[in-house]
Amino acid sequence: MTATILPLVFDGLCFDARGERLIHDLTATLRGGVRTILLGPNGAGKSLTLRLAHGLLRPSAGSVCWTGNRAQAAREGQAMVFQRPVMLRRSVAANVDYALALRGLARAARRSLVDEALARAGLGDVAGRPARVLSAGEQQRLALARAWAVGPEVLFLDEPTANLDPAATRTVEEMIAAIHEAGATIIMTTHDLGQAHRLADEILFLHRGRLMEHMAAAAFFAGPQSAEAKAFLTGDLLW
Amino acid sequence: MSDFHDAFASAFSLIFDLNADLVEIIGLSLKITFSGVALSALIGLPLGAAVSLLRFPGRGAVVVVLNALMGLPPVVVGLVVYLLLSRAGAFGVLGLLFTPTAMIIAQCFLITPILAALTRQIIADLWEEYSEQLRSLGTTPARAIPTLLIDARATLLTTILAGFGRAFGEVGAVMIVGGNIAHSTRVMTTAIALETSKGDLPLALGLGMILLLLSLAINGGAYVLGDIARRELR
Repeated sequence: MTATILPLVFDGLCFDARGERLIHDLTATLRGGVRTILLGPNGAGKSLTLRLAHGLLRPSAGSVCWTGNRAQAAREGQAMVFQRPVMLRRSVAANVDYALALRGLARAARRSLVDEALARAGLGDVAGRPARVLSAGEQQRLALARAWAVGPEVLFLDEPTANLDPAATRTVEEMIAAIHEAGATIIMTTHDLGQAHRLADEILFLHRGRLMEHMAAAAFFAGPQSAEAKAFLTGDLLW
Repeated sequence: MSDFHDAFASAFSLIFDLNADLVEIIGLSLKITFSGVALSALIGLPLGAAVSLLRFPGRGAVVVVLNALMGLPPVVVGLVVYLLLSRAGAFGVLGLLFTPTAMIIAQCFLITPILAALTRQIIADLWEEYSEQLRSLGTTPARAIPTLLIDARATLLTTILAGFGRAFGEVGAVMIVGGNIAHSTRVMTTAIALETSKGDLPLALGLGMILLLLSLAINGGAYVLGDIARRELR
């Protein structure tokens, strides 16, 4: 990989909607190469933070800075998988092909990349099927394959397994691990503690739009500093 | 009531004798409507999607105008196209007035705003669902136009058929610019208008029934087609 776009720096990041401040003054530096999990209860601002980082939302104040100050490289170095992936009404293979075409790859080059991506997701057999008839688990795998195919340096995942059963969750987590091993930095939200345990290298714990903790996963699970994180880890309701 | 009885009789005899004039009129009706709607779809669908997805100054005004033009009175359209195509008009040199081409142009003026306005709404709704995913993939608004048009194809097919229905039954505009000339620009609707004014009500009614039947057949076929499309293209 050439010049990296990481680390990613949040500097005093704020986000308002309808006059209400939903993200408060978030400052953090996300390192490359690791799996960072944004953890917190519903409404903590995890998904908002992810969308701000990915550029889908514009900060109300503060900034999201990628290293290198090259807008196009930063844009093309990212991909995102959503909680409910949107599949285009075309075949499974064409969905991956579409993402590659947007990156300006020639048709001939795309074909082998599509096959490769679908094989990695275990979807090679259904390449010709309409994407929308796949099960939820298969669709999420396709979304991962689509994101992986473009070779992102950073992969954002927004609660990628929230709608899936345990078996599908497991395959998706295996894919995430494989994508990380292949060299991508993972930045992911979850409210599932078990999943955070399994996947996290670093934890950002958010509560009511504020960053409460940012530390290595092992340290976080061993001894969180804030009362909110302690309560979250022991399963108390947070309001 | 005897009018209706005679109408049925004349409709049946027209159909079963395979009256040459009738076949010619039906053929021209279909040709003009298909061409007009096809042309409108080529213009209206991308236009509607563009208005829906692109942000430019005056976009709000364009939306209002498009919606207002949906209810455009056909005679006014006919009159405007007549003025444009008449000898003294801007396009008079083309000599298109009182030709089927003029009728296609008038149909196009009528149907394009309808297709554009409906397409705009359909694409706007779809964009709600798709926008985050597409923006994440790196789709620009301009690139999203063909993407969303393709993904909305089942719904858009229904929209095009609504335009077809309107064009097929339209009389005011095609009468003015076509002139209802026998063997040249006479279509189902203008023929009905003519027979009515001549007082040949059974014939007019008979033609009207055939028009209805054709409309029904086309819409039925379209419904089946749309249904298949929706199932196949989920």
